Amino acid sequence: MKILIKNGYVYDPLNKIDGEIMDIAIENGKIVESVSGEVKEIDAKNMIVMPGGVDLHSHIAGSKVNAGRLLRPEDHYKDVEKKTNIKRSGVGYTVPSTFTTGYRYSEMGYTTVMEAATPPLKTRHTHEELNDIPMVDKACLSVLDNNWIVLDYLSKNELEKCAAFIGWILNAIKGYGIKIVNPGGVELWGWGKNVKTIDDQVPPFNITPREIIRGLCKINKMLNLPHTIHLHTNNLGTPGNYRTLIESMKCVSDLSNGSIVLHVTHVQFCGYKGYSWITLSSGASEIAKFVNENKYVTLDLGQIVFGDATTMTADGPFQYILYSLSKNKWINADVEAETSAGIVPYRFKKKNYVNAIQWSIGLELTLLVKDPWRIFLTTDHPNAGLFTSYPKLIAWLMSKKAREKILKKVNKRAKSKMILPTLEREYTFYEIAIITRAGTAKALGLKNKGHLGIGADADVAIYDLNPKEIDPSKDYKKVRRAFRKAAYTIKDGKIVCKNGEVVENISGKTYWVNVDIPKDLLISTISEVKEKFEEYYTVKMENYAIHENELLKSAPLKINSNL
Amino acid sequence: MSSEIFIKPKYDFKVPIDASAISPNEFSGKTLEEIKAIKVWEGNKEKTIGELFIVEGSTSSEVKNIKIILEGDFSKVRRIGSNMSDGEIIIKGSVGFHLGEKMNGGKILVERNADSWLGSKMKGGVIEVHGNAGDFIGAPYRGETKGMKGGTIIIHGNAGNEIGCWMIGGLIKVRGNCGLFPGIHMKNGTIVVYGNTEGRCGALMKGGKVIILGKVPTVLSSFTFEEIRSSVKANGEKIDGPFYVFTGDLNEEGSGKIFISTLNNTHLKFYEKYIE
Repeated sequence: MKILIKNGYVYDPLNKIDGEIMDIAIENGKIVESVSGEVKEIDAKNMIVMPGGVDLHSHIAGSKVNAGRLLRPEDHYKDVEKKTNIKRSGVGYTVPSTFTTGYRYSEMGYTTVMEAATPPLKTRHTHEELNDIPMVDKACLSVLDNNWIVLDYLSKNELEKCAAFIGWILNAIKGYGIKIVNPGGVELWGWGKNVKTIDDQVPPFNITPREIIRGLCKINKMLNLPHTIHLHTNNLGTPGNYRTLIESMKCVSDLSNGSIVLHVTHVQFCGYKGYSWITLSSGASEIAKFVNENKYVTLDLGQIVFGDATTMTADGPFQYILYSLSKNKWINADVEAETSAGIVPYRFKKKNYVNAIQWSIGLELTLLVKDPWRIFLTTDHPNAGLFTSYPKLIAWLMSKKAREKILKKVNKRAKSKMILPTLEREYTFYEIAIITRAGTAKALGLKNKGHLGIGADADVAIYDLNPKEIDPSKDYKKVRRAFRKAAYTIKDGKIVCKNGEVVENISGKTYWVNVDIPKDLLISTISEVKEKFEEYYTVKMENYAIHENELLKSAPLKINSNL
Repeated sequence: MSSEIFIKPKYDFKVPIDASAISPNEFSGKTLEEIKAIKVWEGNKEKTIGELFIVEGSTSSEVKNIKIILEGDFSKVRRIGSNMSDGEIIIKGSVGFHLGEKMNGGKILVERNADSWLGSKMKGGVIEVHGNAGDFIGAPYRGETKGMKGGTIIIHGNAGNEIGCWMIGGLIKVRGNCGLFPGIHMKNGTIVVYGNTEGRCGALMKGGKVIILGKVPTVLSSFTFEEIRSSVKANGEKIDGPFYVFTGDLNEEGSGKIFISTLNNTHLKFYEKYIE
């Protein structure tokens, strides 16, 4: 199908196009120079045209997401999606079922989503759910920092072998990159303990979180992976942890050579100053200062949205702390699969001092970090908020008035400690396009996503907003409404959503990296690993491997490693 | 003007019917024809009240004057009286799940048996059942943690398992026996069982009162024995004992109380040696 999007205000930051009136031509699922013949024309006059949204950190599939669904039946019966001629039925709210997840992302104009943490041994489950998520392209990051074989190699400083093993495992489980979750801490959680600083020893490997982060950062470079290491820091969600965050960022400074080497995820959860929950305050200015001065890190927000959430992370010890605080129900899972997912339902309240501070930290950070190419919009769905609240976040970032409206309702003591009321910055549509699509696609190394240049994937979102007429800082409600229901979502050159309703059901691709590793190194490493596997594991090494046939639409990225 | 509306099933229902619309609040200010047009679900099919039931009588605009009288077998009909705030429902037969769900006022009377989740998440009003009732009386839906908040449920027959689950207020009275786990997860409120229970009273309770006048097989080990008391008050009414008093559930750092009749539970006599 050929499509011509006419006269829209185009925001395409990767090609430095800032609100120019342009036509976008689409043929065979790609953006092309021009089209002729039988063409479907879309009149985008007075509308905003952006590349399809790219979410680089969300929890949408896999064993812990599914455990979250099981834990919260009450979450589902209030939010039911009816079956239509196109859509399958499903249930939603904080942990929507697979099909519903796909539809809701698409209705907001998103076309690519990254499942941010999957335990290697349970990735088959992740892929089965990803197969069931329609409408969007997807991929998954593998949690590798607490894998015994990785830890063993890192402690012996055998980085080449470790790189070969990680290359093999990403290929075997069809993963996309390296996710680090509370390095060392999750391994210790198996014994009911945790690490406190990045220099704590992790027995029995005699390794520290610092060495794990540095080691994996080097390996990421050796393998030449498209995305940097994706770090969930130690001491997440504990007062005073902004120091741990800055230490973690500092520890890879010498590895950068000017390029970006580290992505720190849901940074709001690690931006806490103070010594206890009572003295909690925001560490946003310190973090922003560091990030502004050091160009080798990217961040994503994990912004709090008031209301219901289901916290779920592979950081078991943190979730146990949260359970102890909230006394809500919880489960701990995957400990045997080299991560340790914990799940606790949570409700963020405006009147709660801690929640209000948490809310402000995320926004303060986004407003204080000068370069939008290095901070991205996420809610760490469903941890801090739901992906369906992105339009709300966009409105907060674009309008001081929208922020002030919430500030009137938050805890007074918290408000007196915030720097948010003094921040004047308001994001432009161009910057919003960066933090929701262009920047995230660039950070993920997806070359055909996040822009509308010739040859890019024809993933386009059209929003019914006239940037020349509307003043987002005043009409933030209109902005919110428009971003909630995209006028058109085009995926792979097909119109899949119209006026915020799914009109065509399609299945997206699953990206994974296929790294070439020198044969001798691979064979010798795998035979070594196999011995350890026989010794320590209850499953066979072959259990890892997922055949390409198991992916609904496989999209391997061929990578030439530096090994 | 008071009104009486009579509702009878037209045929034997084979599949469950969701009839949350049968309540004085929904019926108030509507004519009989309008009532007949109200939507209900029969299995997965949307029907109207008029298609499933014979509706007769007179209507009223005031909720408090409306009396709905259901005649026949309603044991497959669910959620009757959902969210009602006033008025009266009389069921001359048995009734299905979730009767009086979230009701906050008015009165429901069941002449025969009621099924499970009777008065689930109830906030006020009275439900009286002359026959037996099912499991999870006053309990919230699966996964939720806030059950019955207020009001009174009286059951003249026996009740099932887990009555008063997640209860945070109100009163449940069972004249007959009850099953396992009365008062599980309870936070506040009162449960009185005049008959026997199958045991495990108050498991995971954090507060509230469970009073058992009949037999109890054992007391959970997470409860600590306090004293013997001669009587106990249940919502103002004095119930004569004497009772063994236990506190728990210690696993949940709870301070709930279980009162167990000493006369019917001589096998618990050994606890008396712990009184100083």
